[in-house]
Amino acid sequence: MPLARILLTRIGYGILLLLAVLVLNFTLISIAPGDIADSIAGDMGGADASVIAEIRARYGLDQPFLVQLWRYMAGVFRFDLGYSYFFETPVTALVLERLPATLLLVVSAQVLAIGLGVLLGVMAARNPNGALNTLVTFLSLFGFAAPVFWTGILLIIAFVSIFPIFPVGGMRDVTVEGGWLAQALDIAHHLFLPMITLASIYIALYSRLARAAMQEVLGADYVRTARAKGVPERTVLYKHALRNALGPVVTVAGLQFASVISGAVVVEAVFSWPGLGTLALQSILARDTPTIMGILFFSSLVVIVFNILTDIVLRMVDPRIKGG
Amino acid sequence: MTKPPDMLAPLDAAPPLAEEAPVRAMHPAREMAGMFFRNYPAVFGLVLLLAILAFTFVGPLYHPVDPFEMVWAPFSRPGEEGYLFGTDYLGRDILAAMMAGGQVSLAIGLAAAVISLVIGVTVGAFAGYYGGWVEEALMRFTEFFQVLPTLLFSMVIVALFGASLLTVTFAIGVVSWTAVARVTRSEFLRIRELEYVAAARSGSAKDGYLIFRVILPNALPPIVVQANLMVGSAILFEAALSFLGLSDPNVMSWGQVIGSNRPYILDAGFAVAIPGFAIFLTVLAISLIGDGLNDALNPKLRQR
Repeated sequence: MPLARILLTRIGYGILLLLAVLVLNFTLISIAPGDIADSIAGDMGGADASVIAEIRARYGLDQPFLVQLWRYMAGVFRFDLGYSYFFETPVTALVLERLPATLLLVVSAQVLAIGLGVLLGVMAARNPNGALNTLVTFLSLFGFAAPVFWTGILLIIAFVSIFPIFPVGGMRDVTVEGGWLAQALDIAHHLFLPMITLASIYIALYSRLARAAMQEVLGADYVRTARAKGVPERTVLYKHALRNALGPVVTVAGLQFASVISGAVVVEAVFSWPGLGTLALQSILARDTPTIMGILFFSSLVVIVFNILTDIVLRMVDPRIKGG
Repeated sequence: MTKPPDMLAPLDAAPPLAEEAPVRAMHPAREMAGMFFRNYPAVFGLVLLLAILAFTFVGPLYHPVDPFEMVWAPFSRPGEEGYLFGTDYLGRDILAAMMAGGQVSLAIGLAAAVISLVIGVTVGAFAGYYGGWVEEALMRFTEFFQVLPTLLFSMVIVALFGASLLTVTFAIGVVSWTAVARVTRSEFLRIRELEYVAAARSGSAKDGYLIFRVILPNALPPIVVQANLMVGSAILFEAALSFLGLSDPNVMSWGQVIGSNRPYILDAGFAVAIPGFAIFLTVLAISLIGDGLNDALNPKLRQR
């Protein structure tokens, strides 16, 4: 099957998945006790039945379930995810404003984790009895067992009281002035700790995977051939072996995106990073259902897009993969 | 039926094996236990877990303090005034909170793992056994749950249906079964082709019997390993939810201690570091046991 056709199938399937996500969330929200009208009335300090009925009518909540669902889905196709009564902004605008911060955190943490994880894994696989191998084993245990918010809080404590060189909250410093470079450096400075925290889980996972894959590949005949004909060890490792060992890492990394976004929610809460996670927490506490739906929709969209991208990368790394 | 003599002959002619060491097949369970107990990290994990269980379940007998009761001034440091782990922002005894909270964290972890095990094994078993469109539909269903960012989804469930122990457990269980479903399915795909399954089928065994009595018991080893890891991740999951403030405020759990003391980390880091460390130790113990189980149950996969 040609790549374009595979991609089209994946995209079509992704759209179906997204629709399913919407229907599921919409159903959940409508069967849950209480609705927006109750929350608004609660914020107003109580309201009588006629006011609540008026609010319900304004938000279309007096309509039958299927009508509400249909209206919502029709809105989604126009990129209209409803209106957040809590933030008093259209949900699409609200979510799109926060999405870049989350994407920056998630992507930079994943890139760091894959890069460092693979490097550690390769170096550990080269010497199975070395200290690095033990380090990878310890890291993988630590990365799985340490709650991500705990790692973050320990880093905050360390960087506030011991080495105060990194900011521990927010994304920008309002006092920083200057061109885009100064702004970018400022964001990178703020990004450092959240990124390390989020990456710590995955460095552990990827280094272990890369080590296992490398150990397997290094035992293959073609590696022995390469060594026998005198290819330098560095080339054998990073050109011959690594390319084949990357497959499992990339596959797992692609599957992890939903989990990385979950991790980002917690990391954002720890470092008050102004992304989707903090928005989700605020809107959940305020029972702002249109915003919650919008966030679930966009985060599922991000996961699907990254799954498709992973598929493309996988095919680039290993041209032997054919089919859908 | 008699065996052909030419196959038996060389065996009969062979000199008897050394008398002093008769070769006896060990019971498989004993063999597995032997492998497990020779794996020192796994034994360490088991001892650690038993210690944690003793601390949380037996500890309160020796330290009968209500974890919600104010006992002393807030933020007294660990060891001061006789409070081993200090007091939290409301002056409550952190040691008592650690004991009571551990019971809840462990119970939620276990219950949520059971829920996801039941869902995952059912989905995976039916997908792997029937194949065809059933498999297609069930695996699409599984993929759907893999696309949802699990934590966000369970935050929504907890927020919508109220933060009680029941909803939290359910919210964790209902999002974390996908890995079990995949493992179960691949085991079923492999085992359903084996001869003993064909033999049972030719004896006109019903589908339910084949799935639950013939194939499932043989598919259990990797599922057991996965289930074990799931208890660990469910504990982490519960901690993350409580950290975000989405847990039953009337029930103490480790995550709850962390979440409620979070605003004061710079004044009283210990109130957050101690429960975090307890979670870390528990999940570490569980994953060490998981590695040991994996080696003992799947000796062939040991290179991994």
